[in-house]
Amino acid sequence: MWSTLSSIFPYAIAYTMPMLMAALGGLYSERSGVTNLGLEGLMVIGYFFSAMTIKLTEATLGVNALALGLLAGTVAGAVFSLLHAFASINLKADQVISGTAINMIAGALTVYLARTISGSGNVRIMMGIIRKNIPVLSKIPIIGPLFFTQTYWTTWICLLIWFVSYFLLSKTSFGLRLRACGEHPSAVASAGVNVRLMRYIGVIVSGALSGFGGSVILITYSGEFNGTVAGLGFLSIAALIFGQWKVLGILGATFFFGIATTIANVSQVIPSLMIVPPVYFKIFPYVATLLALVAFSKRSAAPLASGQPY
Amino acid sequence: MSKIRRKESLGSNTFLMAVSAVILGLVAGAILMAMIGSNPFSGFSYLFRGGLMNIERIGNTMATATTLMLVGLSVAFAFKTGLFNIGASGQMLVGGLCATIVAHKVFLPRPLFLVVLIGSGLLGGAIWGVIPGILKARFNVHEVVATIMMNWIAYWSVYYFVPAYLKGPSLETESASIAITQSLRAPWLTKLFHGSYMNLGFFIAIVCVILVKFILDKTTLGFGLKAVGFNRHCAEYAGIRVNRNVVISMMIAGALAGLAGLTFYTGYSRNMQIGVLPSQGFDGIAVALLGASNPIGVFFSSLFFGILQSGKGFMNAMTSVPPEIADTIIATIIYFTATSVLFGRIWESIFKRRRKSAKEEQ
Repeated sequence: MWSTLSSIFPYAIAYTMPMLMAALGGLYSERSGVTNLGLEGLMVIGYFFSAMTIKLTEATLGVNALALGLLAGTVAGAVFSLLHAFASINLKADQVISGTAINMIAGALTVYLARTISGSGNVRIMMGIIRKNIPVLSKIPIIGPLFFTQTYWTTWICLLIWFVSYFLLSKTSFGLRLRACGEHPSAVASAGVNVRLMRYIGVIVSGALSGFGGSVILITYSGEFNGTVAGLGFLSIAALIFGQWKVLGILGATFFFGIATTIANVSQVIPSLMIVPPVYFKIFPYVATLLALVAFSKRSAAPLASGQPY
Repeated sequence: MSKIRRKESLGSNTFLMAVSAVILGLVAGAILMAMIGSNPFSGFSYLFRGGLMNIERIGNTMATATTLMLVGLSVAFAFKTGLFNIGASGQMLVGGLCATIVAHKVFLPRPLFLVVLIGSGLLGGAIWGVIPGILKARFNVHEVVATIMMNWIAYWSVYYFVPAYLKGPSLETESASIAITQSLRAPWLTKLFHGSYMNLGFFIAIVCVILVKFILDKTTLGFGLKAVGFNRHCAEYAGIRVNRNVVISMMIAGALAGLAGLTFYTGYSRNMQIGVLPSQGFDGIAVALLGASNPIGVFFSSLFFGILQSGKGFMNAMTSVPPEIADTIIATIIYFTATSVLFGRIWESIFKRRRKSAKEEQ
């Protein structure tokens, strides 16, 4: 049992991080009052643009290309999210439809471009991040093997972003204003805050973080752009709800989903898990989210004005 | 008087909005073709010829449009009650799975078999649609989130069910092919359309268009559903049972999407591939939006998208434009329909300016 756990934990963490980033992005957007259903598409955009950047520069830049790709994916996600911001903030469009359109445009457009460039629609990069054990910390019993062995450096950046977001959203006046825009925009506006600007920031941050998450998928466990992030963006939205729109809750929910997915992926090769059909692990996050929604239906923590144009 | 009415309706003229969105979508497609060094005119000509060049291709276009029409009806029906059914993909999968099981395991005289087959697809989709409906009515769970979750539950259920129980002889990733006699294909239709994918599903879709139009326009049920969509609170005040209508609306929407799955998996393709969330479920959103949630509008917009989807293969074979251009155009059209407020304003300002100059001339 212990050896099973310590062997799947690094994978679960690797799988959690992109989801955590997208869900955190979704949190910024929802808290500012804009529902962002386009997380999936924004992740695909980051996934694609990081793959392209790395493919074009890896011959000359070597390992540094990975960092450049990460940056490119983040910027691409942020830029692409402007489509959603413009539609939902300036034009007061239906945010759910706009988000759906973002998903579809991203999915089709990236494969279109990838096919033009590589023929097959897949973009393969030569290298990925080498996993490392953290010195000293990985020697700690129990915690060491679980959290500090075989780690990617991107994991630590993701956790840093998570920590900064926690601080930013709950401890600063910027965070207070952003959250207020999602609860009661007209009250914030009367206090002299530019609601549109705050919402633009919320959406752009969600695009940047989703793009970052998509790039992390590429340079950690995927190594190849293949046109889809397989519902990870939707899973992030589920995590956002399951985590009740709270920074800490999101960390817990994404990690929970990450473990469930990893267990499902490896359950057929681990004897103690073989008795449970993998389908249960796979559908678990979604069923859990539905049940959570039912359970919290009386006192949902969703931002009040989320999805409503201002 | 007529002038005043025209001015009022300009911003909300659905036909004008739809045409603007389509034109902008096609322009976006042209730009993308030009970007990769292809000639947009030849690209589009091959795209449309691929969909309409001969009888066989027209048949394929109609078979493609069949599925889109039913999904479009599903999304449109939910729209009318103010619900957004983004879960048509999952409902298609479950309806298709039920129908595939029936096609493999049930053997009856043809007319009776068709009834059972259609019923199974209908039922599968209705069950998958009614769950989010109940969650919405009873627990106020947002239907968008619930249907997305249901999509992925269906996706993974099919992913493990098909290899376990319906596996084909060769591939692990798809179900065994359904015999022609156990599918929606009809020999006379295949012959009529020179061996295309055209199948009985098209007639199911047409019947559904008429039925939905009838339900929405001529029945008390339809009136209640639309009233809930217009103003939930007002409908409640008028004594319409809102929750019941929400459940019914999602059930019917699910059933329509289930039928779409039936026509796709036992008519168009005759087997189920795993690991694919059918893209028609999302294209159907475009069909419904472009058709202004009107059954007749859905009919025409599904034919239009059917041409795009079935012509893209031919275009890809004749030019260097990847087939995903069709999906990009459809997605762009959705975006532009969502932002149609913008055209409303633009058209409005153009007409205003013209009217002003006309007045000055007088």
